[in-house]
Amino acid sequence: MENTELDLNLAEAVVKKALEAGADEVEVLFSQGYESGVKLRKGKVDLLNEAQPKALSLRLYREKRAAVAYTSDFSKAALDDLVLRAMDMAVISDPDPAAGLPDPEDLAFQYNENLGIWDPAIGDIPTDVKVEMVRRCEDAAFAFDPRINNTGGTTFSTNLRQIGLVNSLGFAGTYKTSHCSFGLDAVVDDAEGKKQNGWWFTISNNFKEMKSPEEVGRIAAQRAINKIGGRKVKTRKMPVIWDPMVASDLLGTLAGSLSGEALERRSTFLIPFEGQKIGSDLVTLVDDPLRPGLRGTRPFDGEGVAVHRKNIFDKGVFQGFIFNSYTARKTAHKTTGNATGGIGSLPGVSVSNFYIEPGKASPEEIIAGVEEGLFLTEMIGFGYNPVTGDFSRGAVGWWIENGKLAYPVAEINIAGNMKEMLANVTQVGNDLEFLFSISSPTIRIDNMTVSGL
Amino acid sequence: MTTENAQAALGFFQARYGIDQTILNDLLAVAMSRGGDFAELYSEYRQTSLLNYEDQAVRQSSGGITQGMGIRVVQGDAVGYAYSEDFSVESLKHAATTAAQIANSSQGKVNPIDATILSGANLYPIEKPTIDARALEKLEIIRRVDKAARAHDPSISKVSVIFADELKRVLIATSDGRLAADVQPLFTIRASVIAEKDGKRERGFKSASARRGLEYFDQIISPEEVGVFAAKQAVTNLGAIDAPAGIMPVVLGAGESGVLLHEAVGHGLEGDFNYKKLSNYSDRVGEKVASELCTVIDDGTVPHTRGTLNIDDEGNPTQYNVLIENGLLRGYMQDRISSAQMSVAPTGNGRRESFRKYPMTRMTNTYMLNGETPFDDLIKAVPRGLYCVEYGGGQVDINSGDFVFIVTEAYMIEEGKITTPVKGVNLIGNGPEVLSKVTMVGNDFQLAGNGGMCGKNGQSVPVSLGMPSVLVSSITVGGTAA
Repeated sequence: MENTELDLNLAEAVVKKALEAGADEVEVLFSQGYESGVKLRKGKVDLLNEAQPKALSLRLYREKRAAVAYTSDFSKAALDDLVLRAMDMAVISDPDPAAGLPDPEDLAFQYNENLGIWDPAIGDIPTDVKVEMVRRCEDAAFAFDPRINNTGGTTFSTNLRQIGLVNSLGFAGTYKTSHCSFGLDAVVDDAEGKKQNGWWFTISNNFKEMKSPEEVGRIAAQRAINKIGGRKVKTRKMPVIWDPMVASDLLGTLAGSLSGEALERRSTFLIPFEGQKIGSDLVTLVDDPLRPGLRGTRPFDGEGVAVHRKNIFDKGVFQGFIFNSYTARKTAHKTTGNATGGIGSLPGVSVSNFYIEPGKASPEEIIAGVEEGLFLTEMIGFGYNPVTGDFSRGAVGWWIENGKLAYPVAEINIAGNMKEMLANVTQVGNDLEFLFSISSPTIRIDNMTVSGL
Repeated sequence: MTTENAQAALGFFQARYGIDQTILNDLLAVAMSRGGDFAELYSEYRQTSLLNYEDQAVRQSSGGITQGMGIRVVQGDAVGYAYSEDFSVESLKHAATTAAQIANSSQGKVNPIDATILSGANLYPIEKPTIDARALEKLEIIRRVDKAARAHDPSISKVSVIFADELKRVLIATSDGRLAADVQPLFTIRASVIAEKDGKRERGFKSASARRGLEYFDQIISPEEVGVFAAKQAVTNLGAIDAPAGIMPVVLGAGESGVLLHEAVGHGLEGDFNYKKLSNYSDRVGEKVASELCTVIDDGTVPHTRGTLNIDDEGNPTQYNVLIENGLLRGYMQDRISSAQMSVAPTGNGRRESFRKYPMTRMTNTYMLNGETPFDDLIKAVPRGLYCVEYGGGQVDINSGDFVFIVTEAYMIEEGKITTPVKGVNLIGNGPEVLSKVTMVGNDFQLAGNGGMCGKNGQSVPVSLGMPSVLVSSITVGGTAA
């Protein structure tokens, strides 16, 4: 079977073909890359995988009727068929005046290709080097405490990807991004046949910036040991200290309520609050797609629009929603360059590198300031209603008594309302580290309902 | 046994990509070139289509095709995996060579694949898969959902309906001489509704899914019922009060409460976690892990259901598996690797998201068998507690068995009567502990017809749930009203 490599020329050819077939506006998005994984469990390699995924997505409009089609077959016959299928689908859609490509003046005809997110060395790490690193990580976890007796395994993953975007307004852009990671699940026996796990990881766009395997192994082991003997606490309201992992998770939950899609679907509690102060003075939330070397860094958004740094919350004031061009037109706003390009779907909306501006206190100082409360280290479940802001998750952590960690707690629940939680942020730590695209330092939120006994 | 589906899939890959038994045998030989216990070729051709209807207009019409072959080489419980998105012999041989890296001895044994195709029973005989139906027919169904939802109450301010469907053709060949194939239809319709009144805003959902054609909407549930269900839930939630917090008795309604089984016990009984001794159910076969009122089944053979498969993604026929019988742990769900590691037979639970992923032990349709008590008696037994009807997903920590699930429709029970709707309910507990507190099981078993997805290690597969109503004597409710 004939198969062509993806490049901007091929994408341009598909755009041309669709215009010839009668489309008014056309965009082609493609992604191709290389990914691999090596998994070690108890000293033995138990998974080797490798692949070169690729896909091409065609978005077109005819008389403002939208259609999207995708394929991973790039033969001429398949691409011809793709255009025909998309034209057929456009007939089914209803015309929508807000539909279409971005306004030409918003497109990133010039963009910065050197954002520190591409490290080709990641593709050349020899398998034995990866195995050695995860072996050191696992050894460090088992050596940390004799009670660590099992693991779900440690996978060293690499991912290299090229993204390309071409549209009928003359935009043609491409960039490469890479990352590598490994994480360890350390397991320990608890009372009554229960087992507890502790997970830690390192991920980076650049091989040299990965954390040491020993550090990752030790932290995973410590997190498992910390959970032994967890008990419930009494149901009542109290301050909750969120470690950076769970605080990032909370920010990620909030992020969904900030999008123009949520505004347009009337499915966010933030609708009445554009421009209003609803958070405490400590709540400054930054979205920075141009900050170099991070997971959310990108030179242009998912439909080729120029991107920039902005505060979505500034000292507690909600500055406004984030948009792609469709949701912006639909709600009489300007796009904020937050489109995400989906293979096989219309563009969505999402934050890029999204974080809470760090404060001055260390995590230890924040804990020391709590008379009675919860130090939260893990959450489970998906209890968030974006329409009302009601938040409720299962929780694991430590009970704080007189400023000190007293004993582990488990099988409890924390609940609150996102709007009130933003107002009740009373401390923000100085320990911001960009673990994910969404990151946070330690934070303190007062007056949360903790349910247990 | 019917082999119609299997023959069709085999013929398809041969006609379209020239994949015949000679090529499959050659590839298996390459995959086994460094040894290994077995090699497996999983070919997939998947068509998808989606209609997104919002504000009474089709916002998006989309669709696509993905195709490729995943190649797995297994030695003990070590796996080499690679895939190719095109079916050129050169590209497939490259993937087979990559997967072979996991093994490190000499050429392994390859039994030429048997021309007799394994197909399992035909559990989803249908005349026409929805992917082949005209878009206008699907639109008609969507419009009826939308109209019924809007007409339900003046507070309904937003209705969106998504109709998504797929047709998946699979062909599996293994170095132990097995050839299996299937054609798998699936559709899902999802309605989401926003209701607004007096400055308050709430949402409601309903999804329905099956391996059937569009006749489903005449035979099983009408589009109007889907729309009204979602609208009703949104309106009910407008009048809901904050959920109580703390420990109390809870009645879990029939059908969708099966999410409790899925989270509380299902994941912990997956064979891969258990041969690695990572689950809180590891080494506990024969022990009491639930109240004697509980018998829990995973059954991949329920006709037309979302979680049903004729063959699993390793080519084994699916089956009816008793996991817990009258409270005693009987066995685990198994895939090829986990069953070999535990020296038991595979149970037809080896599943994968697509050819890009390797199979793991996964659930199919997980349910609890009927009890004897009328539903009303469960409610009457509760002085103060909750009645839970609809759920928004859950999660479990399989090591400890601690789980959480969100309730999207729930009511207070006061003095044996269902009273006010409550919102923001989360149920949290520990699997074996909660199942040991089941004190009554209803006689109103229902298999939920909704569109559930189950996630594990980054792979999503469609599943179904079912349950009669049950009374749990005490469980922690995470609400906001302390």
